[in-house]
Amino acid sequence: MAYGPHTPEDRAAMLEAIGVSSVDELFADIPADLRASDLQLPPPESEVELTRRLRDMAGRNRVDLASFLGAGAYRHFVPAVVDELLLRGEFYTAYTPYQPEISQGTLQTIYEYQSMMAELTGMEVISASHYDGASATAEAALMTCRATRRERVLVSHAVHPHYCQTLGTYFVGANLVADEIPLVAEGPAAGTTDLAALERMLADVDRPVAGVVMANPNFLGLLEPMAEAGSLAHAAGALFVAVVEPVSLAVLASPAFYGADIACGEGQPLGIPLAYGGPYLGILGCRESLVRQIPGRLVGMTTDIDGKRAFVMTLRAREQDIRREKAASNICTNQALCALAASIYLAAIGPHGLRDVATLGAARAAELENALAEAGAPRLHPGPYLNEFAVRVPHARAVHRKLLSRGVLAGLVIAEVIPDDPSLADALLVCATEVTTAYEIGEFAWALRDEIERGRQLILPGMADSHVADSQSAERTEGGAR
Amino acid sequence: MTAAGDRLGPTLFERSRPGRGGGKVPHPPKDTLSRIPSDQLRAEGPNLPEVAEPELTRHFVNLSQLNYAVDSGFYPLGSCTMKWNPKVNEWAARLTGFASLHPFAPDELAQGTLQLLWEVEQWLAEIAGMRAVTLQPSAGAQGELTGILMVRAYHRSRGDLARTEVLVPDSAHGTNPATASMAGFATVSIPSAPDGGVDLDAFRAALSPKTAAVMITNPSTLGLFESRIGELLAAVHAAGALAYMDGANLNAIMGRFKPGEAGFDVMHFNVHKTFSTPHGGGGPGAGPVGVGEKLLPFLPVPRVLREPDGLFRLERPGERTASIGRVRSFAGNTGVLVRAYAYLRAHGASGLREVSDDAVLAANYMKSQVTGVLDVPFSRHCMHEFVASSATLKAQTGIRTLDVAKRLIDYGFHPPTIYFPLTVEEALLIEPTETEALETLDAFVQALRSIVDEAHSDPDLLHSAPHSSPVRRLDEATAARQPNLRWRPMTGRQMPCPD
Repeated sequence: MAYGPHTPEDRAAMLEAIGVSSVDELFADIPADLRASDLQLPPPESEVELTRRLRDMAGRNRVDLASFLGAGAYRHFVPAVVDELLLRGEFYTAYTPYQPEISQGTLQTIYEYQSMMAELTGMEVISASHYDGASATAEAALMTCRATRRERVLVSHAVHPHYCQTLGTYFVGANLVADEIPLVAEGPAAGTTDLAALERMLADVDRPVAGVVMANPNFLGLLEPMAEAGSLAHAAGALFVAVVEPVSLAVLASPAFYGADIACGEGQPLGIPLAYGGPYLGILGCRESLVRQIPGRLVGMTTDIDGKRAFVMTLRAREQDIRREKAASNICTNQALCALAASIYLAAIGPHGLRDVATLGAARAAELENALAEAGAPRLHPGPYLNEFAVRVPHARAVHRKLLSRGVLAGLVIAEVIPDDPSLADALLVCATEVTTAYEIGEFAWALRDEIERGRQLILPGMADSHVADSQSAERTEGGAR
Repeated sequence: MTAAGDRLGPTLFERSRPGRGGGKVPHPPKDTLSRIPSDQLRAEGPNLPEVAEPELTRHFVNLSQLNYAVDSGFYPLGSCTMKWNPKVNEWAARLTGFASLHPFAPDELAQGTLQLLWEVEQWLAEIAGMRAVTLQPSAGAQGELTGILMVRAYHRSRGDLARTEVLVPDSAHGTNPATASMAGFATVSIPSAPDGGVDLDAFRAALSPKTAAVMITNPSTLGLFESRIGELLAAVHAAGALAYMDGANLNAIMGRFKPGEAGFDVMHFNVHKTFSTPHGGGGPGAGPVGVGEKLLPFLPVPRVLREPDGLFRLERPGERTASIGRVRSFAGNTGVLVRAYAYLRAHGASGLREVSDDAVLAANYMKSQVTGVLDVPFSRHCMHEFVASSATLKAQTGIRTLDVAKRLIDYGFHPPTIYFPLTVEEALLIEPTETEALETLDAFVQALRSIVDEAHSDPDLLHSAPHSSPVRRLDEATAARQPNLRWRPMTGRQMPCPD
């Protein structure tokens, strides 16, 4: 076996001490008719073979394109010290700090995570931690139902579609209702949550609302009227949930500032690799008055019997191993190491550095906006944004594919994740961060202009689909040749 | 070398001095944010710590050394499978191709990861005897929720709306009843039989047209294989209910028992237990779920598919309408699954079976050695873990399991899981795993022997243990009564740093 220490002599000694002649005897409780068929799996691989295989598989992913893809997961610079410290075996090979006397390292770092995230969001209580932005948002919505004893939440259509879908999955199970708040269709507020519609939905006295969930920036990159929405929610006796992106909070108003009761979101931008979707970090925080409703681990400062300052998991009566079916959530193992990554990242980058990261992204995004507009892809919405926005591109899906073969990952074809919204049909969602270069922006704009012009020449109405099919097969061929 | 006790240090906030740190990111143009309305901007920057890299590094290195970890010693935490975390797994997850791949990367850019995920699904399905596997759930508990939501969707798809109950043995993990509640079911707790196993008669009496599912941990949380599992599964299916298997204890039975073959309809895996991905101080893990034929249509989206031309792709929105939907963003905890894949490949069929054989061998060896030192309530052969109890010791000396656990810290060991399962008085759940050397197992048993001697000769030593740890027993009551959950400048005055 690859990592086991037992020699044949060790095994013989253990069998003798137990008083059996073979390991098979230890499995005698498995009824004969239920014993497993042979495992139909390949043979073991040595580390030489294994590393060759893994390097080859990793090499079959393409991560060398100039990428403008964000949409809930962001490319950022991560200082070298972050991974160096994450690789301390004392951190990553420990488990949940059930024995606080020998877990002060994990416990103090969690307390520091809670504290730093509290500073960013303005929330009093931060739980450590949840799986990702989607499940944290679902848990936030469930909290509003528990706290208000109401059964309906309103979720903006501009919250990340994966979060909306996850929330929907959780709500079906809990027999609760989630209704969608539409977006403003036209004018200066186009693409943001429709406050008039929100007000109407909140006014339905027969279906009282527990919580209103909105994202800032929203999925389309736009800044939302959070303060106004929060006031409307509170006037109707509902709680207000802000879905936030943590780097943006270095420069944008905090959830506490605009009156949110709960803040949640995706912590991946804080030093956590993209890794095709996870492991990430679900951020969840709330006002002090909601502390007994928040699910997940909480670490508090206390003293030991000698009066020495120390840290311990606390308010455990919310948790599944104590409360069982009455627990606030079933969450157990969470994303502690990702919370540690976020803590180290924040400490390494510092408050001014974080502000620079957010501001540089905004600066690069403004350059990108100008370059794409000149190339023939203007913004889809007029409102303010930070570092991500939607552009209108005729035949967006086909153009996006063509750009791949030119070394540009042109953001997200919005229709691929929101297929049912005609206003988003020919649109790309693009973002820039501090790692985006002027050269990459130039490449993108140049290639885009070229494709849009070719499209004008080649694509007549009704031919768009065949163009897609052609570019798909062309793409495959090129991919195979690489 | 600093003594462990001296490593307790100030928080990052106490180390902060204005003007320290920086140099990581270039400064942006000054008027960048002027295009954003001022009421959307933050008036004052967040009060985050300002520390330079040398202090930052020492801060975290010193904190790390206050932890006990698998890398530092024996961690027989029952039910958690604290086995060795192979280093090549960490290397693999950090390969740029895996680590830098965006989750919305088009399928043609993601063939390496998609193939890896598809292969992990096939491996897990074979190990469990299941028809298919989803890798989406982020942890065991989310896997449970996914599984029970599929059970709910299955019954509803048949128009069977009367099934409102989930039966759970009283020895189950707390996540089982908490999951049932989250999925909208009432939990019916079934008492265990005197031999620690499921009480078949009690289950039969509780099964009804209201039963949606039973959730069984097999081997059980007592480390025992449910030898009457065949009869139980037959009764469950005869009642029209489905059988969920909590796969927390899969480490005992690879190559010996395939839950799907035996008749379970759905189970979750804890890859951070069975497949060696590190526990991370409380995650991240991953909780894939395997299903049989009945639940196949309801798997969460997106699945990883292999096309006839051999290319891999993710399911697209709306492609499979019976699905319970998404349980999280993107494709799952892929970075964790890369580590699991490395582990699976390193072992292969023969290695995985050997893992379970050695885990069961080590647990039975320890059980044979602990018998006579502490109570061992169940005498039959255990699986990968076993329950001991300090009940007799407590009656004789007043020393509780908590005291024994805390004294083990002084002997250089992480204590076993204590007071779980709830069905055994003064329980210690001991899980050695397959990666601990014989001399380590012997040293642990010798420590237990010494502690039992001390319980008779010097009980106060145990009441006040641990003595050698960085801090001693904590005031948990005050922590809960007056929660201090975030740093404030006043905290430092009220509760000064031990330095």
